[in-house]
Amino acid sequence: MSAITIEIDEKRYPAQAAGPGRVVFRRFHLDIAEGAFVALLGESGIGKTTLLNIVAGLDRDFRGAIRFGTAAPRLAYAFQNPRLLPWRTVLQNVALPLPAGDVGRRAAEAMLQEVGLADLAGAYPERLSLGQQRRVALARAFAIAPDVLLMDEPFVSLDEAGAARLRDLLRRLLARRPSTVLFVTHDRREAVELASRIVVLDGAPVRVIRDMPINLTPEERATPACLDAVRHSLDAA
Amino acid sequence: MSTSRRLLLTAASLLALLLFWQVAALWAQSRLLPGPLDVFAAMLRATRTGVLPESVAITLARVATSFLIAMTLGSAIGIVLGRSIALNELFGPWLVVLLNLPALVVIILCYVWFGLTEVAAITAVAINKIPNVAVTMREGAAALSRDLDEMVQVYRVPRLRVLREVVLPQLVPFFAASARSGLALTWKIVLVVELLGRSNGVGFELQTAFQLFDVAGILAYALAFTAVVQLIEIGLLQPWERRANRWRR
Repeated sequence: MSAITIEIDEKRYPAQAAGPGRVVFRRFHLDIAEGAFVALLGESGIGKTTLLNIVAGLDRDFRGAIRFGTAAPRLAYAFQNPRLLPWRTVLQNVALPLPAGDVGRRAAEAMLQEVGLADLAGAYPERLSLGQQRRVALARAFAIAPDVLLMDEPFVSLDEAGAARLRDLLRRLLARRPSTVLFVTHDRREAVELASRIVVLDGAPVRVIRDMPINLTPEERATPACLDAVRHSLDAA
Repeated sequence: MSTSRRLLLTAASLLALLLFWQVAALWAQSRLLPGPLDVFAAMLRATRTGVLPESVAITLARVATSFLIAMTLGSAIGIVLGRSIALNELFGPWLVVLLNLPALVVIILCYVWFGLTEVAAITAVAINKIPNVAVTMREGAAALSRDLDEMVQVYRVPRLRVLREVVLPQLVPFFAASARSGLALTWKIVLVVELLGRSNGVGFELQTAFQLFDVAGILAYALAFTAVVQLIEIGLLQPWERRANRWRR
């Protein structure tokens, strides 16, 4: 049983003053298994974010259907930009998708503890570094124990060490709260390190040019040589 | 510049104005240009008889009522128009017409249609202020973040919570701007409304003083009321704005 079935008959950007309309997807199909971590790779601007927005239900202007394995899946979305409320504290931001009141607040506190930001619970997001803001966004996403987690280059524009720490955190969080993940990235190495399946897209319209399962043990994922080997086999195709 | 230095400078500037006024009064030697001391004496007299505090209280109540009505209705209209392009195209021109209607015309029409009543007076002031609030709030609602909108949609945050935690905080600067200009506009129009059709309040007392050419009385009422409005601005509006903007760096 698939967790997500993506069936886009057609999605086009309407013609605007700046240029003619264009078809982004035509007869695009993708099945995603329960609990899979799918990394979507591809040139920028071909429609990866559009794909996530369609799955998230934010973009309904297309022909086709998105079907989920569970009836009303809990969705979380880690955007490229953390999208926190600047006028709410870190704690209030994490509690936003949770029920109001004490229960939600306690759950948010526990979540902050887990991402290592308990000390900053009362701070406002603009005082945080980008890496910390991304942590808060991750905490908010995992606070609802999502069935489906969408991530749009969530670790971009961080230094390598910061990105590595966040990848570690993401792995830890997923180990405790398994979820089906759709992860858009430019970074092939990041994709190999995290994903259980890599889908390379090309356009336009978007089609799948490579679809590769990644079967690495946690130890292999921590070994740069192993990652490079897989990355090269990805490039070879 | 430090706060105390700025305060000192303001005080010095106001003192210079008082001095200038006193000199002009001495030079004119006329009942039509009383000096600051005469005005202060008139203020004390009117306070002792109780007429001044009572008039100020009555006028303040009118200002507060019409201000609240105008802020509530104006905000609601502005937010709706800012969120809906179709509605804005339909009703936006109405706002422009209302915005350009002279305050005096609205006041006269309200008195003609509803009689010389309290309701007519409040309505007239509110109608004068509503389009200003609506236009400012429309700007704010149109500038709401799409990013945050999408975020709360994905996380299925309930509507009321979205309003409280996401929409209203973004509107605070616009709300503050229209409240500030609103207060200034409202109390000036209230005086005209009182002068034209009420038998109490600061506007009515001003008219009485006008008929007697009692310039000291006119200035006494004007200065007393201005001081009260300034107190409200400094004591109520500014602290609220600071609180609402606490999160800014």
